Parts: sequence; C-alpha cells; structure tokens
Amino acid sequence: MQHKVVVTGIGIISAIGFDTKGVMDSLQAQRSGIGRLSLIDSVYKDEIPVAEIKATNDELLQIADPGITGNYSRTSLLGIIAARQAIAAARIDVSAPGRTGLISATTVGGMDRSEIFYRGYLSGSGKARLRDVVTHDCGDSTEKIADCTGIRDYITTINTACSSSANAIMVGARLIREGKLDRVVAGGTDALTLFTLNGFNSLMILDRNPCRPFDEDRNGLNLGEGSGFLVLESEEFACRENKNVLGVIKGYGNACDAYHQTASSPEGHGACLSMLKALEVAGLAPDAISYINAHGTGTKNNDLSEGVALETVFQAGIPHCSSTKSYTGHTLGAAGGIEAVLSIIALQHQWIYPNLNFARPMNELGFVPVTAFVTGIPVNCIMSNSFGFGGNNSTLIFSRY
Amino acid sequence: MESYIKGTAMISPQRTFEDKGFPEEVINYTGSDYLGCIEPSYRDYIDPMVARRMSRIVKMGVCAAIRCMKNSNVEMPDAVLAGTGLGCLEDTEKFLGSIFNNAEKLLNPTPFIQSTHNTVAAAIALAIKCHNYNATYTHRGFSFESAIQDALLQLAEKPEANILTGGFDELTVNSYHITKRLGMWKNHPVTSLRLKEYNTRGSLPGEGTAFFMLSGIHGSHDIAALKAMRTFYKPRDHHEIENHLDQLLGEAGVHLHDVSLMMLGVNGDPSTDSMYYRLMSDRCNRLPGAYFKHLCGEYDTASSFALWLSAILLKNQVIPESIGLTGNLPGVLDNIVIYNHLRGSYHAMYLLSRC
Repeated sequence: MQHKVVVTGIGIISAIGFDTKGVMDSLQAQRSGIGRLSLIDSVYKDEIPVAEIKATNDELLQIADPGITGNYSRTSLLGIIAARQAIAAARIDVSAPGRTGLISATTVGGMDRSEIFYRGYLSGSGKARLRDVVTHDCGDSTEKIADCTGIRDYITTINTACSSSANAIMVGARLIREGKLDRVVAGGTDALTLFTLNGFNSLMILDRNPCRPFDEDRNGLNLGEGSGFLVLESEEFACRENKNVLGVIKGYGNACDAYHQTASSPEGHGACLSMLKALEVAGLAPDAISYINAHGTGTKNNDLSEGVALETVFQAGIPHCSSTKSYTGHTLGAAGGIEAVLSIIALQHQWIYPNLNFARPMNELGFVPVTAFVTGIPVNCIMSNSFGFGGNNSTLIFSRY
Repeated sequence: MESYIKGTAMISPQRTFEDKGFPEEVINYTGSDYLGCIEPSYRDYIDPMVARRMSRIVKMGVCAAIRCMKNSNVEMPDAVLAGTGLGCLEDTEKFLGSIFNNAEKLLNPTPFIQSTHNTVAAAIALAIKCHNYNATYTHRGFSFESAIQDALLQLAEKPEANILTGGFDELTVNSYHITKRLGMWKNHPVTSLRLKEYNTRGSLPGEGTAFFMLSGIHGSHDIAALKAMRTFYKPRDHHEIENHLDQLLGEAGVHLHDVSLMMLGVNGDPSTDSMYYRLMSDRCNRLPGAYFKHLCGEYDTASSFALWLSAILLKNQVIPESIGLTGNLPGVLDNIVIYNHLRGSYHAMYLLSRC
C-alpha cells in the first residue's frame, strides 16, 4: 500500500528572516535579503552582493541551542535552527512510536571552517587547528542536526549540487510512501563561503547587482545562505495524532539533463523531463498548477533553458511563475528546502510571490513572471523547480490538503 | 525487497578490475602510508580527449560504471546512484588552494566545477547520455548504503528496472596527512595483510570505486542476490547490534546457522574492532569469519569493496586464502553476512546469497 505524504511542519532561516514569521514579513513587504557581504573576508565584499544572514556563528549558536558544545560549522548551525523550527511546528516526538528519518542536503558542508583550516595549513605556519577541519564533510552537518534532535532511525545526506534539498524532500516522501519510514525531517542547509563565492565568480555568473531572474538584461545570480526543512508524515500518522496538515507532497520528478557538466541544454530537456515526471506522479495535468516557484537563478543560461522548458511543458500557457531567489539569493544546497517552505506558506495563505527586479521579458520567450504580490486567487497546486550542476534536475509538486 | 546483482566492476588497491574473479595473488603493501587504487587503462572506456579534462576520481568512477554496464549487458540504466563520503577531494583541494595562492583573482573554474560530489554520477550520465533518475549521497559511513537503499526503493517502485549503483572515495596526500593528525591512522609502518594483528590505535587508509547493476528480476547470469540490507546509527550497546543481525536475517527468512560466512569490516583499530569480535563471540561463535580491509584499506565507502568481494565469492564458490578465513566453511557458500561500521557510529549489514 502506498501512503499519502503530508507536510506538518516547516522551518526556515534565510537572509530575509530568522524564522517563518520573519520570512513572511519580508515576502509581504517585498524586502530582499540581497546586500553587502559583511561576515566573510573576501576581496569581493564591496563588489559582489550576496544574501547573507546577519548573524555571526556565535549568535547562530545561541539561537540553535545555547547548551550545545563542540565544533559547529555555519552550515550545521543553520540546519539545526531550521530543522528544530520544523520539528517544533509539527509537534513531533522522535522517541514516540514510529520510524523517524532525517534527510538533509548540502553542497559545501563545513567549508566555512575548512577554509580557515586550509589557509593555515597551506601557509605552513602551524596555525591550522584540527577542530576547524573535522566538520568538513557534508555528513557532519546532518549528524549534528540528528544528534541535536535525537533522530536515529534513518539519517542521510544528499549532494546533487543546487537540486540537493529538493531531492532530499523527494527521497523522504518516497520512503514514507513505500512505508519504510513514518516521519521524515527533510530539507537542506548551506552557508556562504569563500569557496562558492570564488567558484561561481570564476564561472563569471555572479551579478554585480541584485539578480533579475527571467529578465532580458539579467546578468547572473547572487549567492545566498540559509536552511529550509519540512516535516513529512504519512497521512495516517498525521491524522492519528490530529496534526495540522499544511500541505501534501503530491508529485516529484528527478531527471538528468546529461548535456554538460555545468551548462543546461538549450531546449531544457532535463528540466522538461523532471517537470513531466512530477506531473505524472501527481496525476495532474499542467493546467492544474496554480503557481510555479521557478529555479530562476538569474543566469543567462538557466533562465533561458528553464523558460524554454516551461513553454514546452505548459503549452496552453505558463501559470503564475516567479523566482524567489530575488529575495533569498541562490542558497545552493538549501534552495530546494527554502523554496519548499515558501511554497507551503504560499499554499497556506493563498499567496503568489513577485519576481523582484523584473523589467523586460526575454527576447526569446513570450513569458513574463509575476511582478506583484498576488493575493485573493486560489492557489491549489505549486510546482517548485531545482536544477543543479551536472544536469541534476528535480521538481516537486505541493498541493492543499 | 530482494534484488539481484547483474554485474559489477571494482577499482581498488588490488587487481580487481581486469580479472573476472578475485585476483589469484593479492598485493601486500609494506610501509605504504595508504593503499592507493591500481588504475586501469582508461582509453578502452573513456574518450582520451574527454578523459584529459577529468580528475582521477571522475575517471575511475566513469570507467567502473561503464565496465559494470558491459558486465551486466545493460545499455541504459533506469537510474544512476552514487555514494561518496568525501566526494572529489583532489579538485576541492586544488580550488581551495588556488583561492589563497592567487588572492581570489583569475581562478580556473575547472576544479570548482569538478569539486561537487555529484560530478561522478553526472559524468556517468553525460558519458552514456542517460536522462534518468540521478542522485549522489554523501553521509560518512552511510554514503554507499544510502545509494543502495535508494536503488532498492526504485526497485520496489519498478522491479524490472536496472539501477547502476556505486560507491567511491579517493585519498589525497593532504587528506592523508590531515586525517592522520586526527588520529585515524596508525603512526607506525604497517604490513597491509597483517592489518588486524596490530594492537595499536588507528587503521590503514585506502580508497576505491565500485559499481553494481541491481535489478528486482532474477536472471540466469546474476552474480548474487542481495536479500536484505540495513543500517543503524550509534548503537547503544551490543544487544542492539545483535538485534539488527536478527532482523536482517528475519527479513529474508534465513536462520543464523544457514549463514556460511561473516564478512567483517575489521580495520585493525582494537577500540572499534571489539564490536565485530563481540558479535562473533556472543552471537555467531560457530560461524566462519573473513576480512577485507587488509586488501582495500579503510574509507567511508569501503563496504562497497566487501559487497563486491562477497558477490564474487558466492558466484565463483572459490575461497581465496587471502581473506583471512577463520573457522570451517560449509561445502557450498550459500549466504554471506557483511557487517561493517565506520568509527563505531555508522553500521551496515548486508545479507547476500548465492543465485
């Protein structure tokens, strides 16, 4: 028997807010988190804008859990904060009967601290402290979240670049659907690092201004940081415990573009496949989608490829569509989790978010994203796209319960 | 759910790639800091022009995956799944070094592009033009197991699918030195084949790349059947470990006395090897035991070497002396239990059976 998978809790920390309430306020006020880099010492701090969470690691530790001791990367602190919020919102007790899993996603793991270590290590000055490198691997942040929340039954980490946490939610939903687990805390976390800032800069895809997804004059993405987690439960479990159901994981799709290690295919083949698979799993026709939370990074390549794919999948017309990366920046491994949380909020409040900074449609496409904060229209099904390097494309579909 | 290994390929510190079975002679590494892979000739598997731009781990991954597909007679897998503890370390270090050495200016993006953990699974998809499901797991000692679990989930959804599933990890000189300072490795020279005899702290590092083709449908050329697999995190005591063994066997309806061999992840560190020995003495004291980390070294996805080795033993029904057998084997090898853990935290058990 296949179980229906519902969402019973959400948790988020991002440049636009430290929790769901803060994020909702920023969204409504159309207040972007993109600004000056202040917490990382980079030669680009006055040149390349980012969506940074304005809290030091010590401050984040106080929010995460003032009682914890040990070595925590920024990635793990962000993850603990969002996962704990989601667990509190869902009122789940991991020691109660039932199998609980944690599926987290990250692309750089504890790189923020590895950089400190490596700088000392490479200089040969003997200043490299081992406590700065023990948090390097991606699994570390997940283990820290697991140990802080007491989740033991199933723990894993996914890294498929920028689609990582969409895949974490998808795998969590599949495990519940097949009856392997009863509840899953699924999402992702990534911190801003010199590594990613310089990596994306070396690819020449960082906009020197706030990003303009789907705009003809778009000139790249802005990196962000943060974490977003959902609590997924089987419908039986949620109902038995009389939970407030926030939404349903209706569909999911994962496909590989298999075109190029970083670039997306011009026809958006992988993107089409992941959207079509998600619609198929959901058992929905394209016209059932009320709103698309696009991947929409703001790069020339992604937005054109995704736009072409949207026109292919939604032949009768693209539904309301926007990229919230104009608020949160591109949070890499956390993006799918953060955008899933925003999608659930949109379902709950019947909102559609504007695509900030949009002025001019792309020449190649007839498509115009939503530019105003929309309320008062029915929002029943939301599609969320997350595409990554290596052509790792994933799509999630959320619906009202 | 029961699944079948249709084919496999293994690149390891032993000559495991070219031979059909287990190599007749194993390599005894003496005085090496770590066990590095014996790399195959890539030109039979990867276009040399393409290979030139790939890092060592990407080449090993693509090569092992393509060989695995050939060995399985599968032209297009329904999914590509990978597990890696540390991902593409060489390029991560290269890009990190370039940031500091060049003060963030004029950096070559290639090592950044190839530094992400999903590079190998993506490069495989690109090489064979596979648009199907593609994912990479990276969770310490559960990395490979998570990929297998996803594969089993895929097969539960669609039994006739062929799922290409692999585990890989690479060592670099820097990562060796850093992890040595963390106390993971022995601080004296080691003779690899005698790894379990040293009564000293730490293990011997290794690396490897293994791929398997898994399907839910039994075929006449299958190498072995994967009847059950389970993972558990930080068990509270030895009872919990025994309990997991019982559940593993119970799930497949196999009795303990039907287990032909226990394949153990003993890595020479007495502080954590005690978990294996305790299970053997308390619960499995009449069962033969064997080892594998003296052949491949310790790494996050080392259990993939054990899965490869155990599958080959079941298929060929030949027991090489080099696996350090203890106890008396039955005439026919029917069931092998693999029990591996990483540093006492990440535990995995597999039940593998003759087809």
